[in-house]
Amino acid sequence: MLRVDIEKQLGEFSLHASFTGEGRVIGLFGASGAGKSSLVNMIAGLLRPDRGTIVIDGETVDDTAAGIHVPTYRRRIGYVFQDARLFPHLSVAQNLDYGRRMNGLAPDPAQHKRIIDLLDIGALQDRRPGKLSGGERQRVALGRALLSKPRLLLLDEPLGALDEGRKLEILPYLVRLRDEANVPMVYVSHDAAELRQLATQIVMLKQGRVTSFGGVKVLT
Amino acid sequence: MFEISPAEWTAILLSLRVAVIATLVATPFGIALAWLLARRDFWGKSVLDAVVHLPLVLPPVVTGYLLLLTFGRRGLVGGFLADYLGIVFAFRWTGAALACGVMAFPLLVRPMRLSIEAIDRRLEQAAETLGAAPWKVFFTVTLPLALPGVLAGMVLGFAKAIGEFGATITFVSNIPGETQTISSAIYSLIQTPDGDAAAGRLVIVSIVIAIGALIAAEWFARRATLRLHGN
Repeated sequence: MLRVDIEKQLGEFSLHASFTGEGRVIGLFGASGAGKSSLVNMIAGLLRPDRGTIVIDGETVDDTAAGIHVPTYRRRIGYVFQDARLFPHLSVAQNLDYGRRMNGLAPDPAQHKRIIDLLDIGALQDRRPGKLSGGERQRVALGRALLSKPRLLLLDEPLGALDEGRKLEILPYLVRLRDEANVPMVYVSHDAAELRQLATQIVMLKQGRVTSFGGVKVLT
Repeated sequence: MFEISPAEWTAILLSLRVAVIATLVATPFGIALAWLLARRDFWGKSVLDAVVHLPLVLPPVVTGYLLLLTFGRRGLVGGFLADYLGIVFAFRWTGAALACGVMAFPLLVRPMRLSIEAIDRRLEQAAETLGAAPWKVFFTVTLPLALPGVLAGMVLGFAKAIGEFGATITFVSNIPGETQTISSAIYSLIQTPDGDAAAGRLVIVSIVIAIGALIAAEWFARRATLRLHGN
């Protein structure tokens, strides 16, 4: 479902990563500065590799040899950032509906309701993002990404900006999402405990290189 | 004493028409240029930036004269527009609008540019990951977030346009009912014996319009802050 084989020079830092992910949740593990975010941004198309290929769900979205670079907005991915990045000028309901509108998808009330129930955000719909707590914001961001019907969901340290209490509040939602939402995910974290709970497969990054790859047990 | 005569009304209404048209026509160009200056790096950017600001620092008479040379009946652009499209600027109210638009342009662009620069670009990235093509990102995220700045620029541009004098009188002269705006009417009145009362009335009208524009600009600036903080 996800095949990555890329090289990228970022200043002094060189990123050279190659892996094939098959699991439901690929955990991208590494210390800060290991190149995790750059890698995810390349999968999203926000960053362009110097050399290599990226294949999502059978579609080649990057192939430098063939000159292929599918722009972000045509990749049909969802991206949940550490800082939710909700649109401040739109209500929660409008934020949630944004991806569907941009992709010209027909309304799907059943899926809409399922995701809103799954994330428990029904009561927030009329509010503005400025009036939400950090945890609520992150749940809305998750819902917004899922409702654009992505074929791959990227989560870059989605709990990174939250304190311990909030983390424990969001984690169960992520577990439910993994088990019920039926969207493959790439989950970036520097927290081994978090990944042990969520990931089905681990890609370990160290200074721009993949050092281990396999089941959750490589985290030990 | 405060009885505005028909001739004064003519000047006031003409000023308003000239300033409104100048602002409305300049706005799309202003937004495009503000975006270009805020977001793109290209060869000659600093030159373009300087040219946009030129009307602010040149003597207005010079700007007016350059407009006359360019857009007059015998001017390079003016001749073409008159012969092929039937658009005439010289000694018409449309020419006054052109002069006001050019003079107001730097003031109109500046708040727009600042508000586009203040937008968190990561929000635009988020929009892109949700499937929005670049032009959709612009219309659904960039422009709405910049809107208070766009409106503030329009208000400032309008205020400048309605008070413009030097470039306008140089380019299109001072013809009552056609090109005589409030400013040129005041200029004529204070050179006429017994014109003081009429000039005074127009001065008061000008002050009221200017203060109204400043209050409006302030209000839009405050809305901008609120909007960017998501309240």
